[in-house]
Amino acid sequence: MLTEFGKILIFILFAAIFVIITLFVAKIVRPNRPTFEKLKIYECGENPEGSPWVKFNIRFYVIALIFLIFDVEVVLLFPWALAYKEMGFYGFSIGIIFLLLLVLGMAYEWRKGDLEWARPKPKPPKLNEILKNKTN
Amino acid sequence: MNYFDIIFYLFAIITVVSAFIVVTTRNIVYSAYSLLLTLFGISGIYVLLGADFLAVVQIMVYVGGILILLLFGVMLTNKITSVDIRTGTIHLLPAAVGSGILLGILWAVMTWTDWKTYDTQIPSTTIFGLGKILITNYVLIFELLALLLLIALIGAASIARREETEENN
Amino acid sequence: MTIWEIIITSVIKIAIALTSLLLSVAYMVYFERKISAWAQNRLGPNRVGYRGLLQPFADVFKLLFKEDIVPDAANKTLHTMAPFISLFVAFATYAVVPIGPEVNLFGYQIKLVVADVNIGILYVLALTSLGVYGITLAGWSSGSKYSLLGGIRSSAQMISYEVSIGFSIGGVLLMAGSLRPIDIVNAQYGGMWNAILQPIGFITFVVSAFAETNRLPFDLPEAEPELVGGYHTEYSSFKFAGFFLAEYANMIIASLLIVTLYLGGWQIPYVDKLGLSEGLTVVLQIASFLLKTAFMLFVFIWVRWSIPRFRYDQLMNLGWKVMFPLALLNIVWVAMLIMIFKL
Repeated sequence: MLTEFGKILIFILFAAIFVIITLFVAKIVRPNRPTFEKLKIYECGENPEGSPWVKFNIRFYVIALIFLIFDVEVVLLFPWALAYKEMGFYGFSIGIIFLLLLVLGMAYEWRKGDLEWARPKPKPPKLNEILKNKTN
Repeated sequence: MNYFDIIFYLFAIITVVSAFIVVTTRNIVYSAYSLLLTLFGISGIYVLLGADFLAVVQIMVYVGGILILLLFGVMLTNKITSVDIRTGTIHLLPAAVGSGILLGILWAVMTWTDWKTYDTQIPSTTIFGLGKILITNYVLIFELLALLLLIALIGAASIARREETEENN
Repeated sequence: MTIWEIIITSVIKIAIALTSLLLSVAYMVYFERKISAWAQNRLGPNRVGYRGLLQPFADVFKLLFKEDIVPDAANKTLHTMAPFISLFVAFATYAVVPIGPEVNLFGYQIKLVVADVNIGILYVLALTSLGVYGITLAGWSSGSKYSLLGGIRSSAQMISYEVSIGFSIGGVLLMAGSLRPIDIVNAQYGGMWNAILQPIGFITFVVSAFAETNRLPFDLPEAEPELVGGYHTEYSSFKFAGFFLAEYANMIIASLLIVTLYLGGWQIPYVDKLGLSEGLTVVLQIASFLLKTAFMLFVFIWVRWSIPRFRYDQLMNLGWKVMFPLALLNIVWVAMLIMIFKL
């Protein structure tokens, strides 16, 4: 018996074969004439400077962390949503308590500024400081 | 051997081979991507067992969440290729004994368990039953899970915040 | 139906789905150029074929014959795998979207969907979360700063809006009580479209779908003035085409999902009261589904050429501080609606 998941498997296989074939055909028909300049990393015409794997803001990591928690909450909420109609007010109150706990976490993050995207805080030069440096 | 078996072995091979790559490769980005395949294979096995909800949750939470977090962590580190994965201390004998015992226990469990096989159809979906018992029999656990996640959220955020301020200083 | 009949019908459905998908992706690019030309008072492509209708094929062949440049600093294997993953994820999602009700064809009951899975919506969500990998991988493996920053930005953006998408879908599930796309469409019978019953959820889902597909006004990952091409800066030839196709394929998926979840799928309110023959009704319903999808696609393009780009912190604020609370509010709203009106 071919289940619906089996059909998905066939579909996925078809999609994969299609993608592989196109990439392979492209590999055969296209020219290949690499030069030193072509193989360089594009940096707006300048020579590449330093390691390409630059350190990025740790905020991205924090966002991924918060996302993970809420992702689990979404997954837990789905079974509740599906069984909700049969449960009446009881189901409603259960869901509300769950959501309240979720909102509490949300409010905490918000209050503590974890959802704030860190902006650079530029220090505008002050006139008297510049003058003081000049006189020194 | 029917074709369920063939598909099972396919997923099993994917899982085991990619898991092997995860622990042996010296490039931690390769490791992370092999882990993607491992988790994928496991979710395929879940589908074969008729645990559709679990399979999708496996992909949504492990692949879509935890592995992304892992990848971000990996990319934050500067040294990515040729990491020395050996730890400083190597205790070969205790390790061998430990893994031997674990293997023995797993083997024993596998052979002694009275595996039940029913000659029925695979249930069309598990999620409704899951939802129902989650908000009736196991409602306390359902709410405690929310609480646990709340604690995890607060804890994780505060640790990350501390590291951030340290980095800024 | 015997097993072979099932396999043959599935393969035919898959072939039709994939071909129509590819054609629609190719013509999406054409229509995007035409509509952008219309928005900017230009002519747009009009040389290849009648009114430029063969332009997509010319584009494909051009990309096919271009040299593929993989920079020395790039990680060759991963660099090749990235567009593959993106394209594959985009295609695999189509398997569960139904385009019409069951039809009687040559004596067979045929569902107009490749795979009628019980957890279809979860399958879509799972694949969406996989979509991040192609982009992150492309960004990391290129060995270019622009690519890396574009990839990281993109993945952070996608996961931020994925939460809103998840909670918005929660509202739809409450209404339908099922994860099967066909049941969700059937639950919107008779003008009870989710877009009308839960407008907040509709808005959050549409906005998040825009962000999820990296379209303007959320195309920060490839913001040209800052990041050149974003994650695909170092891609050329058919690998670039892979990302390009994946972007448009994702856009079509997003439209299909919006129509299925919120705009009643193939439903036309009160069409069964008109007393038309069954065949004609089905044809009308499929046509309405395609029309709604085409309209959503037009909205995608229209927005792109009308609204300026967000700044990155604005984007994150919108995702976490506006869309996410609104999506939660929507769940409570729907739950109360069901409680009070016993829908």
